[in-house]
Amino acid sequence: MTKARVFVAGLALIGMGSGMGANAFAADPASRLALAERLTWGPRGDEAVPGPGDPAATLAVPINAPLPPAAAQIIARMRISRQPMTQIVMDMTERRRVNNAIADPDAKAAADKVWRGDMADLEREATTRGILRELYSPAQMGEQLTWFWANHFSVHGQKREIRAMLGGWDTTLRDHALGKFRDLLTATVTAPAMLQYLDNDQNAAGHINENYAREIMELHTLGVGAGYSQKDVQELARILTGVGVRLNPDTPHMAPDKMALYVRDGLFEFNPARHDFGDKVLLGQTIHGGFGNGTGFGEVAQAIRILADAPATRVHVSRKLALFLLGHNPSPALLNTMTAEWQASDGTIAGVVAVVLRSDEFRASLGQGFKDPMHYVLSAVRYAYGGRVIRNADPILNWLRRMDEAPYGRETPDGWPLDAAAWTGPGQMETRFEIAKAIGNGSAGLFKSRDPGGPDEPAFPQLQNALWFSGLDHTIGTQTRTVLDHAASSPQWNMLWLASPEFMRR
Amino acid sequence: MTFLLDRRSALAGATGLALLGGRAMAVPAAPGTRFLLVFLRGAYDAANVIAPVRNAFYHEARPTLALAAPDPANPLAALPLDADWSLHPALRDSIAPLWQSRQIAFVPFAGTEDMSRSHFETQDSIEMGQPIGNAAQRHYGSGFMGRLATTLGAGGQGTIAFSDTLPLVMRGGPMIPNLALGGNGKQVIDDSETAMIAAMYRGQHLGGVDLDGAVHAGFTARDTVWHTIDDEMRASGRGAIAARGFEAAASRIGVIMRDKYNLAFVDVGGWDTHVNQGGATGQLAGRIGELGRGLAAYASVLGPQAWRQTVVVVMSEFGRTFHENGNHGTDHGHGSIYWVMGGAVAGGRMVGPQVRIAPETLNQNRDLPVLTDYRALIGGLWQRQYGLSKAQMETIFPGVMPARLNLI
Repeated sequence: MTKARVFVAGLALIGMGSGMGANAFAADPASRLALAERLTWGPRGDEAVPGPGDPAATLAVPINAPLPPAAAQIIARMRISRQPMTQIVMDMTERRRVNNAIADPDAKAAADKVWRGDMADLEREATTRGILRELYSPAQMGEQLTWFWANHFSVHGQKREIRAMLGGWDTTLRDHALGKFRDLLTATVTAPAMLQYLDNDQNAAGHINENYAREIMELHTLGVGAGYSQKDVQELARILTGVGVRLNPDTPHMAPDKMALYVRDGLFEFNPARHDFGDKVLLGQTIHGGFGNGTGFGEVAQAIRILADAPATRVHVSRKLALFLLGHNPSPALLNTMTAEWQASDGTIAGVVAVVLRSDEFRASLGQGFKDPMHYVLSAVRYAYGGRVIRNADPILNWLRRMDEAPYGRETPDGWPLDAAAWTGPGQMETRFEIAKAIGNGSAGLFKSRDPGGPDEPAFPQLQNALWFSGLDHTIGTQTRTVLDHAASSPQWNMLWLASPEFMRR
Repeated sequence: MTFLLDRRSALAGATGLALLGGRAMAVPAAPGTRFLLVFLRGAYDAANVIAPVRNAFYHEARPTLALAAPDPANPLAALPLDADWSLHPALRDSIAPLWQSRQIAFVPFAGTEDMSRSHFETQDSIEMGQPIGNAAQRHYGSGFMGRLATTLGAGGQGTIAFSDTLPLVMRGGPMIPNLALGGNGKQVIDDSETAMIAAMYRGQHLGGVDLDGAVHAGFTARDTVWHTIDDEMRASGRGAIAARGFEAAASRIGVIMRDKYNLAFVDVGGWDTHVNQGGATGQLAGRIGELGRGLAAYASVLGPQAWRQTVVVVMSEFGRTFHENGNHGTDHGHGSIYWVMGGAVAGGRMVGPQVRIAPETLNQNRDLPVLTDYRALIGGLWQRQYGLSKAQMETIFPGVMPARLNLI
């Protein structure tokens, strides 16, 4: 968190030095609306079309800026807010161990069921907290980038103990979402969720598992075709031996020379007894093993630096960021400006993002993108209910599952696709219309408390709202307008507007 | 803006909009020749499903995973295919009978020229089906089944992907619908709303994406598929489908391909078995058993006549390491083993060039070599199935000589 604050001060300097006026973006309502669609998870229905301004200013909002009280209260009651992730995971692991020792099959089945329910609750808390932040945080660009990184470093929630780790994982990504890429990468290499997901906790000297090593190079840093070899994958896997997860508070026993290199931080451990202490060569650079200065976990730190600072990494990650921000691949010129900023700022993410937001290409791209399911659903809820905080994110999670973009729902480590063509398939459009109908018809369970017997607050989506009348209605094409004018009821009007081609764009 | 329309004028409005939309919802053509591509995403461990169990090196390389050599007294032993190869026992009641009746062939050492060993890179390059040497000449939005649909004409009618998203393999040609078969098929958007939505999308594009076509194809596929399944369920006394996952989906695909669609794709995940993949039982056995039951159900639902007109190819992006890893699993490899099945397939045999698996014949000391290219294999099948010319084959799989494997 400290890092994030320091960095915001730095960003103000970037802003002042850029030489771009605050009115660089057109002042007409349609352009401002298109800008808001891109800089946020969707314009809020209870606010008029936002005014003009520097698009990069949204990066200066502190990423942990307070949420509205109603959202903050829901989050404060969560177990993931009250207990540290380490304690939660150790507790759940111990409970499962105890359950496994129950002799009576019925008693064991009952205990297992309770345990699974608690694990599901932990996952739901983490995903609900994420959605509340996305809907209501003032740091809308920071929240979008947090999602981007969760997708770049994608993990699948259903594997191993990851459900209980998601709260901590999300916090790790958010804290580094706008900071230095190298710090972000380091945080993921020591994150138990990532180590379990890509099996590195099973990677030990003599029992090499190269799954994580490959994905770090292919997906997280250099990118496919960046010139690394199968041998580099194997060497990185050797460097990563011993990087793992310990699910209990005990310290393993080992010889004193190895013990001196043991590292432990919460669930993360570097276990020298499992490490390959030979020399390695990664991308042509020798990383010395043995028991000297900078060996053991020091080798991992060296490898992270080599990978984070590699030219291929800044090209690969910058291109992906641009694809997320623009909705299409960047021009070579913009990509060059991004990688130059990356070098100048030592890989500061907010600086690289600011380059895109202030570019002509960004301006030209506004309104030309297609909402992925996340942007579609969240923009619909922000449009329909504005700042009125939902009580229950389950309907949203269910819609995201149906559209195949559920948080932590991607099985494979490549993350959800960022190109529009992936989301415009005929079956997906049909599903989207069904969800438009669910949102347009009424409160859809969004205001029904999850507490047993809790109230279901009356709510109805007012889609002809402040935003609509402040200029949005003038941006609708005649074809859609004709259909809207034929709507037989208010819910049907809502459904049609949320299903319209205009509402799919951002 | 008023909501005070009475029911009659609302209906009249909807009718007007339907005319505005202009296009009737087309019903796909009656099927004849059928093709289904089953893609196992995640790289299934082919060498433990169609396994060289009589090869001592196999047992050395896989001390904890290897299947036992055929033994009638041991229900967990592999089932004999030929002198070299045996079948996973989880396929005893599904695929083994198809082998006996010579309706399935296996193509060992099959795969791609892509050596990245990356799931995503290789899946993409397979689905594109273009030479990978020259990146500048590749068309990243064009898949080989999309190009087949273009070649067959008919605007993609009869073609469908059974998946949540439209896969790359189906892109770049006519607008092809995708539909996941998991739901209950209840119609949420009624006919009047369907017409109104279609009217909003008339002529709408977003960049290169034909939104109008997508919406139209989506509604058409929804109506066709679910009406077909519904009719079938009614005919069969609404028997509840006991099967789950792929098994259930495959039966539905059988109904749909018997009656309405003839060129289809389905993908099945969960094959990336780096840890504890199991042998005769366990993780991989569970997945492969479900796959086998699904495919057998598919063949049975199609019925003998349609099954004779059908070819199914089962493929995966690559094989896995021939040696097991330190976690009782296998890592990313190269050559795989593909399945070709159908009522008229000359099966009951291993097809294509082979080498004896030994340390010196492994690719990079690690995995199976590729001796049959997937494009040559599928191209050879399609050339026969659809009677395609050389020029047509060249547009589907540029620069590839279709393999003559005498499978059909």
